[in-house]
Amino acid sequence: MIKQEEMKVINQKEIAQSIYELTLEGELVSEMSQPGQFVHIKTGNGFEPLLRRPISISSINPGKKQFTMIYRAEGKGTELLSQKEIEKSVDVLGPMGNGFPLNEAAAGSDTVLLVGGGIGVPPLYELSKRLKEKGITATHVLGFQAKEHVFYEDEFTKLGETYIVTADGSYGSQGFVTDVIRDLPKDFTVIYACGPTPMLRALEIEYGHKKLFLSLEERMGCGIGACFACVCHTADDPTGSSYKKVCSDGPVFRSGEVVI
Amino acid sequence: MKSLEIRLPGLELKNPIMPASGCFGFGREFSQFYDLSELGAIMIKATTPVPRFGNPTPRVAETSAGMLNAIGLQNPGLDKVIGEELPWLDSYDVPIIANIAGSQIDDYTEVARKISNAPNVKALELNISCPNVKEGGIAFGTDADVAKSVTRAVKEVSQVPVYVKLSPNVTNIVEIARAVEDGGADGLTMINTLLGMRLDLKTGKPILANGSGGLSGPAIKPVAIRMIHEVSQHVSIPIIGMGGITTVEDVIEFFYAGASAVAVGTANFVDPFICPKIIEELPAMLEKLGYDHISECTGRSWGKHEQIAYHRA
Ligand SMILES: Cc1cc2nc3c(=O)[nH]c(=O)nc-3n(C[C@H](O)[C@H](O)[C@H](O)COP(=O)(O)OP(=O)(O)OC[C@H]3O[C@@H](n4cnc5c(N)ncnc54)[C@H](O)[C@@H]3O)c2cc1C
Ligand SMILES: Cc1cc2nc3c(=O)[nH]c(=O)nc-3n(C[C@H](O)[C@H](O)[C@H](O)COP(=O)(O)O)c2cc1C
Ligand code: FES
Repeated sequence: MIKQEEMKVINQKEIAQSIYELTLEGELVSEMSQPGQFVHIKTGNGFEPLLRRPISISSINPGKKQFTMIYRAEGKGTELLSQKEIEKSVDVLGPMGNGFPLNEAAAGSDTVLLVGGGIGVPPLYELSKRLKEKGITATHVLGFQAKEHVFYEDEFTKLGETYIVTADGSYGSQGFVTDVIRDLPKDFTVIYACGPTPMLRALEIEYGHKKLFLSLEERMGCGIGACFACVCHTADDPTGSSYKKVCSDGPVFRSGEVVI
Repeated sequence: MKSLEIRLPGLELKNPIMPASGCFGFGREFSQFYDLSELGAIMIKATTPVPRFGNPTPRVAETSAGMLNAIGLQNPGLDKVIGEELPWLDSYDVPIIANIAGSQIDDYTEVARKISNAPNVKALELNISCPNVKEGGIAFGTDADVAKSVTRAVKEVSQVPVYVKLSPNVTNIVEIARAVEDGGADGLTMINTLLGMRLDLKTGKPILANGSGGLSGPAIKPVAIRMIHEVSQHVSIPIIGMGGITTVEDVIEFFYAGASAVAVGTANFVDPFICPKIIEELPAMLEKLGYDHISECTGRSWGKHEQIAYHRA
């Protein structure tokens, strides 16, 4: 169930250039069920900015009623969010949407790959932890612009093999995530991905025949499915009137379900 | 809460607060937050004869104290609205105002004829003011003669009272208001969004895929207040006011301007509980201001000097 709550800031720190890790506490955490869901945050009081900001849930700690998100402070809203201090409160609506389906991967029989690009990396962390609990050790391929933007390398490495790739080659290998995946010796049966749309498209072209799950990004109004801001065509009716809403039907879709 | 009950053509409202069309879907999403029967009414998303996908994305862009949208009247079409959405809404004790749209007069009359037969549809809201579709929409709302004929055509086939939703994107809104009153409108709703645009800092191109979009939210409230203040003094049909309402104080201001009920749009996206919150706070606000009934607020801004000024202009 989606709830609205003033959640308490437990911790906030800059973990890479302009990348912040923010931990919040509140009852709403008990509603968080799947990795890949997101929250919708009111980053300032009043009308500046007016709309909420969608940010993925990066890890969940139900015991402590806390969850963590990781975001890049770039525009008005995320900049304001990065200024929230410990003990202050943040207006959160969530959890929203449908996350990554865990039951699509089976321990023993499946080899699982997680692919993240930039601020698409965070939701994969909770996903990888959950897979681990199921007895599945995932391989991670994480892409960033440059060295100073890389985050959570150690955290992912603890959960499984982790490859970092940067666009400018300043850290890890140089190029795109797809270059790295091609060179990996393993054949993956299930792939989960989150990142910029061009990355998701490239993955769909190369690995669309496998079990591939993609988390999409779209500009949102309401975040709950009421305003039709975040709509995409379904793949079986690419120019017709069938649609899916990224906020409430997604943000995670099976490859081939919608037009990206 | 007797102090909030309002009677308007076709509508017996428990209170004068309702969600605005396009900002509430068909109610399903908000039913997880509160009992929809608490609302005065619900203005459902624009319905067209056949399903519409709408415009490409991005469809929204934030602005100072507001937002632009270019949804493009996406909706599941008349049959599905009548077959699924309205029956679902019928389980709530709340009158429905059906927002209808089209690209030609026949579209409006087809939707009006059929949808006005649904038992919970108590009024129609004729959307002749959508800025986001190529044909129809706003084209009907910016020409007085056309606005009048589409109103008349819909009145002829509708089983329920017809409210006409006015566009603020006109030079003389009073002229349009009078024309649709002449055409037989039972009431007015105003305002729809203001045509606007935002450009991307990096590319220099519009953020919205559609180029332009409709501006809504707190930024447009003064425009709405001025237009309602003016129109309400030149027509004798009631006005449901909207445009940037986020607080109970805003509601009172709309009544002062000349509204008889109000709708809340964009604010639902920011706070899904905004409508029930305002409804709860209204009685105390009325008491604080010394009114026994909300209707006493309607038109308190009217005055002779303003009327004279308008006639001179
Ligand atoms: C489902 C989902 C999950 C996301 N998860 C994360 C995350 O975990 N970490 C993270 O850093 N970012 C995430 N994003 C992107 C994040 O929402 C944007 O970076 C953020 O909204 C930008 O807000 P701003 O105030 O900084 O920018 P501004 O430029 O001030 O934003 C203006 C408007 O555009 C919207 N907008 C701008 N960029 C984006 C974008 N990339 N996607 C969607 N809307 C955008 C804003 O929400 C706002 O309405 C996610 C987006 C979606 C849709
Ligand atoms: C996302 C969005 C979709 C809308 N869709 C419709 C619509 O389908 N029909 C209509 O008459 N008005 C539509 N409107 C206009 C609103 O009903 C309302 O007139 C306007 O937004 C001003 O009110 P507000 O500032 O409270 O949002 C829409 C507005 C928004 C923001
Ligand atoms: S953001 Fe409103 S429907 Fe998805």
